[in-house]
Formats: sequence, structure tokens, C-alpha cells
Amino acid sequence: MTPDLQCTNLTKKFGETTAVDNVSFSVPAGSFFSILGPSGCGKTTIMRMIAGFLEPSSGDIQIKGNSVLNVPPNKRHVNMVFQHLALFPMMNIADNIGYGLRRAGMHKKDIGFKVDEALERIGLPGIGHRRVDELSGGQKQRVAIARCMVLEPDVLLLDEPLGALDLKLREHMKVELKTLQAAFDTTFVYITHDQSEALVMSDNIAVMNAGRFEQVGSAQDLYYRPDTAFVAGFVGDSNRWSGKVVKQDGNNTLVQTTSGLTLRGATQGRSLSQGDTVDAFVRPEAIRIAHNAEDLASFDNQISGTVTSILFNGAASRVMVRDTEGHEEVAVNLPQSGEFANLTKGAPVHIGWASDQANCFSAGAS
Amino acid sequence: MHREAKLGLILLLTPFLLWLSLLIVIPHIDLLLVSLRERVGVGQYEISLGNYFTFFTEPLYMVTFLRTAVMSIFATILTLLIGFPVAYYIAKMAKGRAQSALFLLCLVPFWVSELVRTFGWMILLRETGIISNLLQSVGLASGPVEMLYNDAAIMVGLVYTSMLFMVVPLITTLESLSDEVVEAGYDLGGNGFSVLREIIIPHAMPGIVSGSIVVFMLCLGNYLTPTMLGGKESLWFTELIYSQFIVRFNWELGAAFGFLLLILSSVIVWGMLRLTGQSLEKTMG
Repeated sequence: MTPDLQCTNLTKKFGETTAVDNVSFSVPAGSFFSILGPSGCGKTTIMRMIAGFLEPSSGDIQIKGNSVLNVPPNKRHVNMVFQHLALFPMMNIADNIGYGLRRAGMHKKDIGFKVDEALERIGLPGIGHRRVDELSGGQKQRVAIARCMVLEPDVLLLDEPLGALDLKLREHMKVELKTLQAAFDTTFVYITHDQSEALVMSDNIAVMNAGRFEQVGSAQDLYYRPDTAFVAGFVGDSNRWSGKVVKQDGNNTLVQTTSGLTLRGATQGRSLSQGDTVDAFVRPEAIRIAHNAEDLASFDNQISGTVTSILFNGAASRVMVRDTEGHEEVAVNLPQSGEFANLTKGAPVHIGWASDQANCFSAGAS
Repeated sequence: MHREAKLGLILLLTPFLLWLSLLIVIPHIDLLLVSLRERVGVGQYEISLGNYFTFFTEPLYMVTFLRTAVMSIFATILTLLIGFPVAYYIAKMAKGRAQSALFLLCLVPFWVSELVRTFGWMILLRETGIISNLLQSVGLASGPVEMLYNDAAIMVGLVYTSMLFMVVPLITTLESLSDEVVEAGYDLGGNGFSVLREIIIPHAMPGIVSGSIVVFMLCLGNYLTPTMLGGKESLWFTELIYSQFIVRFNWELGAAFGFLLLILSSVIVWGMLRLTGQSLEKTMG
């Protein structure tokens, strides 16, 4: 089956700077694909090339198997939900949604029918006569999506459309976008710098940095099996230590950090050898905290230390633990079972983690 | 506290009210009164509509009046047609320094007085002027060509004089149109023409209307440009008013003419607003 969208060796140069550097990916029909990256990494440039507002310097873009390189934006079967939504303020809601259908030369009666159907689908029936500025942020969002979806595009592009919403509504819209995608059964390509948006909604995520894709995979892949140090650092929170490989044996590696802490980590198939400088990443939730050292017997990394600070944040509460030799401070997630509810600053604790939870990457690769 | 606030308001309003009453309301009331009297003997006047009758019975007055109105409308449309692409380029396509430089270029001619600017056009267009000499030296004309003293010369002068007053409000409204909205217009299947018609022009409407009103009023009430570039061949209504007041010393008829011009401009502006579905508050606010 041909993918809905396929980009091959896509490159875009602005003068001397390369905004997008030899990127290839394909998005299967009906899936939700996200491009996640910090601002300025080139994700908007990719989006604008797919929509047709920018010409790629080289490479190819295919939609449903046909190259669209010489097709102007108004002839591509791709529509875009803009960052600030770009609803037409001079038209009412029905005219906004019907705009594309009018341009396609559809009969007036059919347009009215289609618009009503679209409003029904986004759960806002009967608002067609309202003005754009009478709607709330979430409603505008849905109208912007409906305006594209009535045209039944092969691919819908979304350029950080949740950025302008407040936190509560953003959380709500994440779920809603996913539901709308399933309801319309259309391929979504979503770009964002917010990892939680990408992780929650996407079937597949591409993590982008400095014009290149670092890794493409499912949310779980990126989170648990990052390919590069950048992905490990960018997706989710991590304790990050720089150090040198003291001993290398297959998948297992022994690392001494610059501050002197020794820890066991895993290379997950990456080649490392003794003496290499490495970055080690351990997620705070992968670290077990205990009152007695015996409880941590199953872990091959064990550290004793004292609590230096408690960062209470409800379910995501965390403590900072400094080891007894005073090398490093380690962020550790608190279990929610309540046994550490009365932990105080300065209390002695033991922490431990399995070596395969400590991802080691050759430094300088990121 | 309340009394002080009231005093402050009165002090703030006083200059404005003085200006309004002394320079606008009182002169116009007097103008109306003068236009409604007729001299029956030396120093003897009586109230009558005679001056207005004179206007409607003398074809020269009537024709000049309508000619002025039609040409002003035409000049306004021409200014809009030339000014819109210029404003769109400055507001949306030029970036950074180029944008301010282009805007400055629009402004530069207005650093000298209208009189000097109009003389500039006379130097270009007159029989012994630059264009005429150029045409002769290239061999496109056998003798001197006179391009002054006709309607086209007036039109050129009026459009040139009014351009800035059209371009500035247009730039202001067009700048507030976000690029995203225009791109969305294309993205959803619109072509250049439909994006212009459905998105850009409706958005720019307040600017178009306010620019047109200002340009139209400036053209209608212009005296210098039609007099200098139009000469005797093309009369402008303001010239008739001037000649009644200053040359003929017939203040009564001049005042009637002045009032008719005021009514004419009000009616046309009102009609324009109705036609475009705009209100004065919307375009000026």
C-alpha cells in the first residue's frame, strides 16, 4: 500500500544555512505522524514544503504516490491548520468552512449541506452564522480543522495549533484532536516542540534536531529506547552525566563520571570502547528509592545518600539525593504508595537502578 | 475630586470646542445666511433663494459642478487602483529596510509645497518642457507638444497630489492582515484573484473607504492643481467660487456655491459608505 505522504532526501537551503538536511520519511494512510523538535530545528520548513509554500532545494515529496514538486499549494490535496489558525475574520463560520468548497466550484446547496455536516461532526451544530471572534479558542480550533476536513485532503498538516491555548484547554484538545483524527480517518502530520503533545497523540514521532531526523519511532521507542543522546535528553526528563568508559563488556559498560561517581550502564548495541567519553542518561522514574539497602538487592547500581531537597508536585513528586561521597545529585521519582510521604530533607536513603536503564551514548555524537 | 475632574474635562474640551465653533460652525452658519440673501439695492438685502436659482439656471455653473464631481470620483478611483498595489507591496512584500525606504519615497514629494510640486509637473508637461523636447529629439513629434491645460493634466496632478493619503491608510490596514490568512486562502484552493477578492479586499475595506473619502474630498476642494494644470480649458468648481468671491465680489452667489459643494461632497461620501456597507465609525475608528 502506498503511503499517503512520502518525503525522499528532502533538503532545503536558505543561502548558506541548511534548514532541512536530507530528510526521508513516509507516513502510512490514516496515521498520526508528529515531528517533534526544538524551535529552529527546521520542522516548520518541512511543513511549508509539503504544503507547497516553499520549494525544496532537492529531494522529492510524494502524496499518494504522485510527486507534487511542481504543484502549487492551491492544487495540492494537502491542507494546513495554521499556528494561529488563520480563520478568515471577514467571513462567518459557515463561509469559513465553505470557502474551500466554493473555490472547488461546488453547488451552493451542496456546500450548505456539507458545512452543516462538518459542524455536526466537530460537535458545534448551528453556529454557522456566528462571527469568528465570537468563538472560544477551542471552538476556533475545531472550526479550523473542519474547514480543512470538508475538502477531504489526503494529508492534513497541523503547525503547532495548540500553542496559543491555555494549559487546561491544551490538555483537553490533545485528546480531542486524536478523536477527530479517528473520526475523519485522515492522515495527520503534526509539528510541535511540546513533547507531551507528540507523545500523547502520535502513532509515530520523528524527533528533529538541526535539520535532521534523530529518530523515528513510536512514543514508547523514543522514550524507552532512544537512539541518540539528543533524543534521550529531549524526550522526557533524565539525569544526565558525562564521563569516561572504564570497562566495556558487550552490552554492559562501566562509566566513571567526571565527578567520580561510578555507574553501570548499557550501550543498547552502540559501539563503545574503553576510554571513550560518554553521556549517561537515567530517568528519575527508573530509579528505585528505599529505606534499606537490602530492598535494592536486585539492582546492579546501588548508591547510599541523603535527601538534599524535596520537589513536591503531586503525582510527579521528586527528591534530589546526594551520594555519601558527595559526587552527584540524582533526581528520583517518589513512588505514590505513600511509604515516603514523610521523607524529610537530610534523611538517609538508598537508591538503585538496573544497568539497562542507564543509556550510554558516545559524547560528541549529539 | 468630582469637581476637579469636571474642571479638567472642561479645560481639555475648551480648545476643541473653540476650534469647532469659531472655525467651523460659525463661519458655516454665516455662509448659509449670506447665501440666502439677495442684494436688491445699495446696502439693501432680502432673504431669497435667488442665488440657488441662478446656479440651476446657468448651464456653465451646473456643468462645471457635475464635471468637478465626476472627475473627482474618477481621480479617486484612479488613485485607488494605482495606490493599492503600491500599498500591498510596501505592507506585505517588502521587508525590513526596503519597506521603510519605499514608504519614505512615497513621503518625499510631500516635503515641498503643493505649489512647487505642481510647478514640477508644469516643467515636465508644458510646450517647451522636458517631455516635449524629448519627443522632438527622438523624432516622435515634429513640433512642440502641449500637454498642459487639459483634463488629463488635471487628472495626473490630482492623483499625484492625493497618492499619499490613499497609500497610508491602505498600508495600515494591509499590515494588519496576517500572512497566515493569505496563505490559508491559497492552501484551501483559492487562486490569486479569489484570494484578493474574498480575503485581501474585504480586509482592506476600511482602509479603502477612508482613503477614498479623504482623496475624494481633497480632489473636490482642490484649487491649485486644476487652476495651474487645467488653465482656462478645464474649469473646476472651486475656481468658480473663487471668482465669485474675489473677482466678482458676489459673496452671496459664492456662498451658495460653497454650500452646494458641501452638500455634494456629503451626499457622495454618504452614498459611497452605503454602497460599500461601511459606517463612518468603522472606517475612521
